[in-house]
Amino acid sequence: MAIIMAILSGFALTVVAPWLCRLARGATGWIIALQPVGLAFYFASQLHPIAAGGVIALSYPWVPGLGIALSFYVDGLSLLFALLISGIGALVVIYAGGYLGEHPQAGRFYALILMFMASMLGLVLAGNVITMFVFWELTSLSSFLLIGFDHQREAARAAALQALLVTGAGGLALLAGLLLLGQAGGSLELSTLLNEGRAIQSHPLYLSILLLILVGAFTKSAQVPFHFWLPGAMEAPTPVSAYLHSATMVKAGVYLLARLSPVLGGSEAWHYLVTGAGTATMLLGAAVALWQTDLKRILAYSTVSTLGALVLLLGMDTVLSVKAAMLFLLVHALYKGALFLIAGAVDHETGTREVTRLGRLARAMPVTAVAAGLAALSMAGLPPMLGFINKELLYEAKLQAPRASVLVTSAGVLANMFLVAVAGIVGFAPFFGRRADPPRMPHEAPLAMLVGPAVLAGLGLVCGLFPDAASIVVSAAAGAVRAEVTAVELKLWHGINPVLGLSLLTVAAGVGLYAARGFLRRAGSIGDAIGRWGPRRWYSLLLASLNGLARVQTRLLQSGYLRRYLMVIVLTTVALVGSTLLLRGGLTEPVPSLLDARFYEWTIAALILLATLMAVLSPSRLAAAAALSVIGYGVALLYMLFSAPDLAMTQFAVETLTVILFVLVVYRLPRFASLSSRRARLRDAAIALLAGGLMTALVLTAMTLPRDLHLATYFAENSLLLAKGRNVVNAILVDFRALDTLGEITVLAVAGIGIYALLRLRLEEPADSGSSQPEEEV
Amino acid sequence: MEIVLAFIIGGLYAAGLYMLMRRSLVKLVIGLALLSQAANLLIFTLGRLIRGRPALIPSDMARLVEPFADPVPQALILTAIVIGFGVQAFAIILIKRAYQTVGTDDLDDMRSTDVMHGSSSAPPVNLPNDKWRSPVEATLRDEGA
Repeated sequence: MAIIMAILSGFALTVVAPWLCRLARGATGWIIALQPVGLAFYFASQLHPIAAGGVIALSYPWVPGLGIALSFYVDGLSLLFALLISGIGALVVIYAGGYLGEHPQAGRFYALILMFMASMLGLVLAGNVITMFVFWELTSLSSFLLIGFDHQREAARAAALQALLVTGAGGLALLAGLLLLGQAGGSLELSTLLNEGRAIQSHPLYLSILLLILVGAFTKSAQVPFHFWLPGAMEAPTPVSAYLHSATMVKAGVYLLARLSPVLGGSEAWHYLVTGAGTATMLLGAAVALWQTDLKRILAYSTVSTLGALVLLLGMDTVLSVKAAMLFLLVHALYKGALFLIAGAVDHETGTREVTRLGRLARAMPVTAVAAGLAALSMAGLPPMLGFINKELLYEAKLQAPRASVLVTSAGVLANMFLVAVAGIVGFAPFFGRRADPPRMPHEAPLAMLVGPAVLAGLGLVCGLFPDAASIVVSAAAGAVRAEVTAVELKLWHGINPVLGLSLLTVAAGVGLYAARGFLRRAGSIGDAIGRWGPRRWYSLLLASLNGLARVQTRLLQSGYLRRYLMVIVLTTVALVGSTLLLRGGLTEPVPSLLDARFYEWTIAALILLATLMAVLSPSRLAAAAALSVIGYGVALLYMLFSAPDLAMTQFAVETLTVILFVLVVYRLPRFASLSSRRARLRDAAIALLAGGLMTALVLTAMTLPRDLHLATYFAENSLLLAKGRNVVNAILVDFRALDTLGEITVLAVAGIGIYALLRLRLEEPADSGSSQPEEEV
Repeated sequence: MEIVLAFIIGGLYAAGLYMLMRRSLVKLVIGLALLSQAANLLIFTLGRLIRGRPALIPSDMARLVEPFADPVPQALILTAIVIGFGVQAFAIILIKRAYQTVGTDDLDDMRSTDVMHGSSSAPPVNLPNDKWRSPVEATLRDEGA
């Protein structure tokens, strides 16, 4: 129950936030932070029972017919994420209070970030894959809204759309994968699926399931080649970058891989795909981060690198690698969250994020500088930070990898060298480096913007010195991923061993790269030139061709010419009805000669056809109107001859009225203009004759079929009995189907009102209304 | 006779559709009229033809006795004739007003609500003047040109 409350309270607060913001103004951040703080304490209180192997599971029926339940499943892995989401969430909300200040849209911001927090919690606590997917999409959606928070800038809108399209496309693949997984595993409940690993891996659909789910995870976690949306997402306000695009949401893909690794992991395909994508992403992100100059873009690319490293560790799928991954998750959230918030504070205070213009800020911003230094130390993996312990564990795991350990280890060492230099660029140089020329002379950031970085960086130090607290969380998470109880013992000093050697090598090389950063930035322009041909270009090409396709399609189907639409409709009808007629054997039976035509009937028929021809071909309006009335009177005669006196009378009356109307109006109408070309006329005539032929064929076929006389018999028997009418047709109209007749009268009345309104209509025109009518030249 | 009527129906449909595909508004209305005649006759013929046996109950009987003309299609057509007249009358007045206002009866010139002679291949027909346009629109167009 508490789990549901944890998620629902977030959504409830989303609704209230804008009002709260109007009342509390600057203090809103502090007030709203109470909710995530409370959640963090609640999750922390569950730590001990869950670390001992307990699981909180609860389920409410949702769509029982499809096996979809609103169920929740909380184990060590969920708990690690829930702690990160609520803990960092609290700090980010407080920070946002200072960052946004009196921003007019602050209420919307709080609402969106709370919505994200609740969705993300739902995602990691969900126990049904469909429930999880719903929350997964909600995080994509809130990410879209947050990236585009500053929606008046085009760059922000484009980045938001790009992030949504990439993660949304991945989401579709994920949904397909999850549904197949449910089919293969026989259930959509995680608790059942987690025990079905063997059955699923031997299922013929295993490879499709794996590929689809990996696409979902890789798009969300910005793995190569889908990584490009994450640096773009830096258009979002900095608290959003720190929270969504570094600490939590982008790790949803990692969460998914960890969650499903007992089900899908361990196979060859898993190993090569996941390790391969992870390694590529890790190296690419770290390398590109080196030559960026925007603080946030540097951090974004280093986040891409970390996500790659996490995916790589999960792909190796050993006890040690999973431990290292879980610890890395925690460590990265702490130092990267801190560095993002610091980048925001520096931007806020100095007005720039260009590292080349920042230097020696330590004197003006001492607290920020200390926090930055600590976070950078942790990022570089130096003692006594938690980052150091983490790096040792990473190297150990990679050295003991069952497959390709040399390759994996050297890739890891290389990426870490880059990251050491990046840590120096973002955490050291702006504060302790050479003096530079920021647009504004800075002073210390407000308290709200100091709490977050200080707490996060401080935790990195405290956990490094006293690693026991971290090891409880990490071992609970690793135990959940490995589905076995895993003890994780973390210590700072491991003795002299190969891992320490690698660490020393990394730091030395990293410092060297840091010193050469100016050269690297110049060399980076080559990298940028290559990058222009990368996936971002494919994305824009794909988008452009999609738009092009839509345009062509619209031009073809939505020409705006009535006759084109008619042609499409007529030809489709002819093709469908005609082919049915042919396939079902229409027209094969001879048409029974039911009634011989008499000579005067022949005359009427000939007259109608001749008048039809005349109506079509005549160049004069009056002649066409006359031809129309010949047709009308001819049809009325036919009604009369074939036992329909009421129809005949009505038709005579209506035809007379129509002729009068036409004659009254005809000289106000434009003359017949021959607007179409000869070719167009021939084409139209062919289409029209085809349709007419089809109608003839239909009538002839209908004549060979039996007729349902059920209704006719009913009216024949009951017309006098029930309706007291001897004229059956009239009885039907005014009694049996009286409501239809009322409708008909209404239509006529509406037409009459419409005509009256049209005639009275005066479009604003000057006094000489008479001359507005076009002159007739007859 | 049914066979003869089948061809009349086909002819009316063909003529109606052909007129509907013309660019001239007046022809479009004529097409509409032809089409409604065709539809009425189609329903009538499908109810089968019979001479001299209207669906009237003689005064000395309580019900119709076979053979009689099917009253159901007749009732439907009666409604259709009247509604068809309403549609036609409305259409005639509508095109009269449209022609008066826009100054053309070429459908191709009426494709857009903003620009009168957008992408027409035909030259503007009998264009009165700028009266029907609002001043803002006129300015906008002049600037565009």
